[in-house]
Amino acid sequence: MSNHHKQTFITKYVFSTDHKMISKQFLITGIFMGVIGVMMSMLFRLQIAWPEDSFGIFKAFLGHHQDGGVMSPDIYLALVTIHGTIMVFFVLTAGLSGTFSNLLIPLQIGARDMASGLINMISYWLFFISSVIMISSLFLEAGPASAGWTIYPPLSALPQAIPGSGMGMTLWLISMAIFIASSLLGALNYIVTVLNLRTVGMKMTRLPLTIWAFFITAIIGVVSFPVLLSAALLLIFDRSFGTSFYLSDIFIQGEVLHYQGGSPVLFEHLFWFLGHPEVYIVILPAMGIVSEVMACNSRKPIFGYRAMIGSIIAIAFLSTIVWGHHMFVSGMNPFLGSVFTFTTLLIAIPSAVKAFNWITTLWKGNLQMNPAMLFSIGFVSTFITGGLTGIVLGDSALDINVHDTYFVIAHFHLVMGVSAIYGMFAGIYHWFPKMYGRMMNKTLGYWHFWITVVAAYGVFFPMHFLGLAGLPRRYYSNTAFPLFDDLSDINKVITMFAILGGAAQLIFLANFFISIYKGKKAPQNPWHANTLEWTTPVEHIHGNWSGEIPAVHRWSYDYSKPGLPEDYVTQDTPLFEGEEES
Amino acid sequence: MTALLYVLLAIVICIAIWQIIIIFNLRGTIATEKDNNTQGILFALFGVFFYGLMIFSFAKYSVVLLPESASVEGENYDILYAITMILILVVQAITQFLLFYFSFKYRGIKGRKALFYADSSKLEAIWTIIPAVVLSGLVLYGLSVWQEVMDSSDAKNPLIVEVYAKQFQWEARYAGADNELGRANVRNIKGINTMGVDMTDKNAQDDIPTRELHLPKGRKIIFKFRSQDVLHSAYMPHFRAQMNCVPGMVTQFSFTPKITTKEMRLNKKTIAKVDGINKIRKEKGEDSYEFDYLLLCNKICGASHYNMQMKIVVEEPAKFNVWLQKQKTMSQIIN
Repeated sequence: MSNHHKQTFITKYVFSTDHKMISKQFLITGIFMGVIGVMMSMLFRLQIAWPEDSFGIFKAFLGHHQDGGVMSPDIYLALVTIHGTIMVFFVLTAGLSGTFSNLLIPLQIGARDMASGLINMISYWLFFISSVIMISSLFLEAGPASAGWTIYPPLSALPQAIPGSGMGMTLWLISMAIFIASSLLGALNYIVTVLNLRTVGMKMTRLPLTIWAFFITAIIGVVSFPVLLSAALLLIFDRSFGTSFYLSDIFIQGEVLHYQGGSPVLFEHLFWFLGHPEVYIVILPAMGIVSEVMACNSRKPIFGYRAMIGSIIAIAFLSTIVWGHHMFVSGMNPFLGSVFTFTTLLIAIPSAVKAFNWITTLWKGNLQMNPAMLFSIGFVSTFITGGLTGIVLGDSALDINVHDTYFVIAHFHLVMGVSAIYGMFAGIYHWFPKMYGRMMNKTLGYWHFWITVVAAYGVFFPMHFLGLAGLPRRYYSNTAFPLFDDLSDINKVITMFAILGGAAQLIFLANFFISIYKGKKAPQNPWHANTLEWTTPVEHIHGNWSGEIPAVHRWSYDYSKPGLPEDYVTQDTPLFEGEEES
Repeated sequence: MTALLYVLLAIVICIAIWQIIIIFNLRGTIATEKDNNTQGILFALFGVFFYGLMIFSFAKYSVVLLPESASVEGENYDILYAITMILILVVQAITQFLLFYFSFKYRGIKGRKALFYADSSKLEAIWTIIPAVVLSGLVLYGLSVWQEVMDSSDAKNPLIVEVYAKQFQWEARYAGADNELGRANVRNIKGINTMGVDMTDKNAQDDIPTRELHLPKGRKIIFKFRSQDVLHSAYMPHFRAQMNCVPGMVTQFSFTPKITTKEMRLNKKTIAKVDGINKIRKEKGEDSYEFDYLLLCNKICGASHYNMQMKIVVEEPAKFNVWLQKQKTMSQIIN
């Protein structure tokens, strides 16, 4: 292999085509965006808890969008919009899937790199450009996009309706269009690599669940992201070229607009055709990571490997036919509501199978409580808590009264926000040695986990009650309704937990960045794992293995197999004499 | 005061950094048997904390929740909701217990070998079939409730009311003596005709525009929703009712009010909630609050989205008729 061709600083660290470097680039950019997204949530949580107070921190961060330390309603909506956009797309799609798909697909299937290193590099740099555009929109005079992360028209189409729908929305749409291009290039690369570049003996049925998850995620992405792109394009037409795809019969600020014949409901359909699968694009990679980390640290095979694969595929398939459950009260035909209720509640079945299989994986294990393992257990806990309330929201009749309330916020933050972030942390703690050749500090990891897990439940558990009390989301202040006066105490508690949780992430950041430079040198296989990435040298080399790519003789979950000398055996180890393949 | 807070914050951050550096120098990286033990015990404690949090939240926050449904259709909603909630809580209690208990019980010990247990078709069949059966029941019941709420075709002598949304205000229009709403379009909006009612339509003449929603008890109300600018959502939480208002189309929802505003003010749960609210308002030196039904906007619609509301008054039919008689019709207002 071409291990020795000369690399300059630029080709090694900037325009690198090596999947390991690109994975780190995704991670660092994702962490940077995550810090911004979380800080935004701190600002609007302060506003919700103390709507009438002024804060020095608002003066420092919000410029002319505040008056004497009091936040303006427009910037409040902008903050929730950009918080949602950044967390869902830039952190949990690119940051999570981009990082670990890139790092693990070649290493765990036994390939020297992605199928196309060039496309992989372009994918990252498109993501980088879209991040820059999204961030730059924060500095616009009129503020960034503020129609909610779902950007429903006509609000997102008419600058007369909200200032953020001017240049801010234009930049949002451009940024997302580039993001989608990045995402598609990445996904195509992952699919081709998994299908074509597996090493000798690496049958699909021997793949680690991480790879299965990344592979299926990429397929969902390829199926659904183009639909969001088309939705965005039509919205651009409506905004800039006077078409009426989504707009009709509008009277605003004293004048009738020319639009006629379009429907906002069309946009909702197109948006959620991506928007719902997007939830699974976010959560499936986290599930894959958790399955892998949990099996390794339980020193047990993952329980029900084939059922796990089956449920990933089932979830992926169902995810494309449930989008309407976001639209039960949108005015669409009630019959459609019935259909979408049926398909939505079907998803609960493969999800339940996964949850029970994880719990059974712990049963009679020998749990190694590394930070990655703690986050995996935390993942299962929040996934169950958040997933169960999905039974309320997925049922059209019950959704009517909690739709768009804080109940929804509690539900999706637990099931896809917090859970996916836990999956991401589990991945970072587990594969940090592979990425940087050094170890992270475990004690800081423990502190990070325990504060985060208490704070996250402290934030999102009480939110269910706000929603059940009828409190709508995206309210700049609840003071306009005496009916909600008794909710202000709950909101204060939530904000305090949010600040605690946000502060806990500083521990992680310190641990992460110090460990890159000062961490203890990593051994080759620190967690005694079976998968192929731990057979590569600690120092990164182009092409991953210095000699031949190892051949694979077994699945990746032979932990504590009876009759074997160790409680783990790497996938490239041939079967022992008299051993049967599991 | 704020300055003191910032100083305290600075001190805390300094201590945190100092501690982080100390911890870092310990350079521990892989969990030892001692770590497994500590963390396993912490999971058990966290399990206790988590159950505590759930029980505490239910005990403390139940008072803020909505009172019983004020509409006939909402009764089934409440039953379905109660069944679903019990089911959820049972599953939650069992699975979280197993998760934290296993994390505690099987914390790693040196020399112990984990059980090689990769598969069991029987177990997996159990936890595929049980959720499937339970969910089928829920789906069937849910769909029957949905059907009943959304289908108003067999309503006898329903009252037709249009609810009209705009940034950041609600208006209403009663269909009048003929119980048929006149045509309307934003292109007819002019001066006092704020809802764009088409005055050439004979059905429009007796329509009655209002700024407050009065509803008679015991009669089915069919709401027709319109919006003139962006998406809004008409949310009437006490009636378990919600529907988006979509520019360019008319959406519909219906329910039958069964508890008048007066009666609801005497409801035990309402009294408890209102007492709680008034205690807080008194501390802040604000006027005391009296319960009213509300229609609020529940779809992000712009800067004043948080303050887009309309009062709903449910009253006995006779009283309602008196009120309606007093309102002016479109033809009286315009001509």
